[in-house]
Amino acid sequence: MTPTQVSDVSLRLPLAARRRHQGYVAFLLHRISGIALAVFLPLHFLTLGLAIEGADELQSFLDVADNVLAKVFEAGLVFALVVHVMGGLRLMLLEWWHWDQQHAFWLTASLGAGCVVALMFALSIFV
Amino acid sequence: MNLALYVAQRVSALILAPLVLVHIGLMIYAVNGGLSAGEILGRTQGSIGWALFYSVFVMAAVVHAGIGLRNVLAEWSALPQRAVDILMFVASCALLTAGFRAVYAVTA
Repeated sequence: MTPTQVSDVSLRLPLAARRRHQGYVAFLLHRISGIALAVFLPLHFLTLGLAIEGADELQSFLDVADNVLAKVFEAGLVFALVVHVMGGLRLMLLEWWHWDQQHAFWLTASLGAGCVVALMFALSIFV
Repeated sequence: MNLALYVAQRVSALILAPLVLVHIGLMIYAVNGGLSAGEILGRTQGSIGWALFYSVFVMAAVVHAGIGLRNVLAEWSALPQRAVDILMFVASCALLTAGFRAVYAVTA
């Protein structure tokens, strides 16, 4: 249902058009990355809990995880983290400093891209 | 309650930001240095500093994830709000337990 009383005229667009709105894309990225991190977290806690049985238990898991697929997964994790933190920063700018949505979006997107490049450097991954 | 959760979400986010930064830096150091489980545990076990750091990390993360998932379920699932609240509270308690168990495993 299209809202009839909103301050931003773009929100009076039909549903399909609203779903192409930059703010909606940012919201979706923030939410999807958040869900991914929330699904990962308990797995992470349980894996670390292996250390209760001793270092060897944890080491055997690290050995299994020492392959390309696992590295890709870990990279995806860090990417989800950067996307989520940047989304959060965007919300802070909107809610507390009343920035324009588009400005907040592009600032945080470019900061996020910078973080990814810096991380690749720190991890000695060269494109 | 929604206002309190909103504030808790933002506060936990502010707490998580620097902690996550330190954690990622630490992981980069550990992974690049090729540290084994034994070497890692050798540095973290018996350390009150790391126990405190990760305890705060766990608490902030569980609060943040719990409230976030509550919003997701409220908006994207067909569950009634009350069921979502109870479910996420119970899930958060379970996650907190797993988190503290992990902290104990790594720092005790």
